[in-house]
Amino acid sequence: MRHLMSPLDFSVEELDKLLNLAQDIEKYPEKYAHACAGKKLATLFYEPSTRTRLSHEAAMLNLGGSIMGFSSADSSSAAKGESVSDTIRTISCYADICAMRHPKEGAPMVASQHSSIPVINAGDGGHQHPTQTLTDLLTILNVKGRLDNMTIGLCGDLKFGRTVHSLIHALVRYPGIRFILISPEELRLPGYMRHDVLDKLGIPYEEVVRLEEAMPELDILYMTRVQRERFFNEEDYVRMKDFYILDKKKMLLAPSDMYVLHPLPRVNEISVEVDEDPRAAYFRQVQYGVYVRMALILTLLDIHVD
Amino acid sequence: MVKNTLNVGRISEGFVLDHIEAGKSMEIYKYLHLDKLDCCVAIIKNAKSTKMGKKDIIKIECPIDFMDLDILGFIDHNITVNIIENEQIVSKKELRLPKEITNVIRCKNPRCITSIEQGLDHVFVLTDEEKQTYRCKYCEEKYSL
Repeated sequence: MRHLMSPLDFSVEELDKLLNLAQDIEKYPEKYAHACAGKKLATLFYEPSTRTRLSHEAAMLNLGGSIMGFSSADSSSAAKGESVSDTIRTISCYADICAMRHPKEGAPMVASQHSSIPVINAGDGGHQHPTQTLTDLLTILNVKGRLDNMTIGLCGDLKFGRTVHSLIHALVRYPGIRFILISPEELRLPGYMRHDVLDKLGIPYEEVVRLEEAMPELDILYMTRVQRERFFNEEDYVRMKDFYILDKKKMLLAPSDMYVLHPLPRVNEISVEVDEDPRAAYFRQVQYGVYVRMALILTLLDIHVD
Repeated sequence: MVKNTLNVGRISEGFVLDHIEAGKSMEIYKYLHLDKLDCCVAIIKNAKSTKMGKKDIIKIECPIDFMDLDILGFIDHNITVNIIENEQIVSKKELRLPKEITNVIRCKNPRCITSIEQGLDHVFVLTDEEKQTYRCKYCEEKYSL
């Protein structure tokens, strides 16, 4: 039985297969409409999340399965002090697969150790969010037609942004990848990512502060939100939150085939005027998130559709 | 005349952990859970050493397949482990960094699941042998002293 804890749990070959399946689902959704009939997905969300929970649920419903679960720790037995390992043992009796979000890092891994059903890590604190990375990869593949040989601009909070770290880990496995790291000094990519991942693997990258400087060179611009909860003091947050605002004017500097991604939700970092630009791929990204989760559910349940 | 020395007798089978940094023997006693052993254990503190000035020594009289000493590689790889049989040193164990360490060190990350989940082992995995880096199996936080 397989679980998904980290985006690196899948080899590049397995990932290719998963992304191809997601593309097939997008093309022939009716073929998969009953693939999970009679199967149940439990969404165990110990902290609120709109997008991630609903996209897992939408994925299962699209596959003809059913859903159950809770959307906050208060409405689960955790409020009574139940451990993660006891909860998952119980849920294993009710559902065929589960997606877990938990504020504590490593909680889904604990669940996977005691589970008799596949566990999907739907985000554990600031640690991993593998289904977002799968979503990002499918989006890049769909808009660019490839995952190799490109320059990726990562912009905003590169220090605390777990989606950025996971995406780097996933993309360095493909040849010809180059990064431009766009951030204020205070939110630079941490040393362990620069030295232990990029330098160690010889991945070319440069660090810049001004977004305008990077725009002409990019194939993909991955914007991130500066998260209030990561700051200890409000003053620093206020100073950083509007450091980057992508607008129409800046988009003029980018190539015509450069696409903008964002894990959402956005605050001010992408002006709404950019939404109409055909290169704005962040809402398509949400849709791809459903397809890739459908592919993931099928893969983990080992269901094959001819 | 009484000489100012303290002698601890030979052991017939077991281990002599030599060249322990002076003062560290009780820590190692704890890490190896020697308090749980029923056999004879001698701790010698501040013994004279030409190499180290002062050192600690631990002698453990037990069957040699009785103990897993890999953890010593994590604590201090300079420790010499002599394996004793029939009161003689028959070999010296080479200390290596263990691939995994369970319930020896604790994860200090307050966001880690180990901080709230009862009965959960604290497991650290060797992620970089060269830099001797251990990370928590659950949250991947790097262990630092």
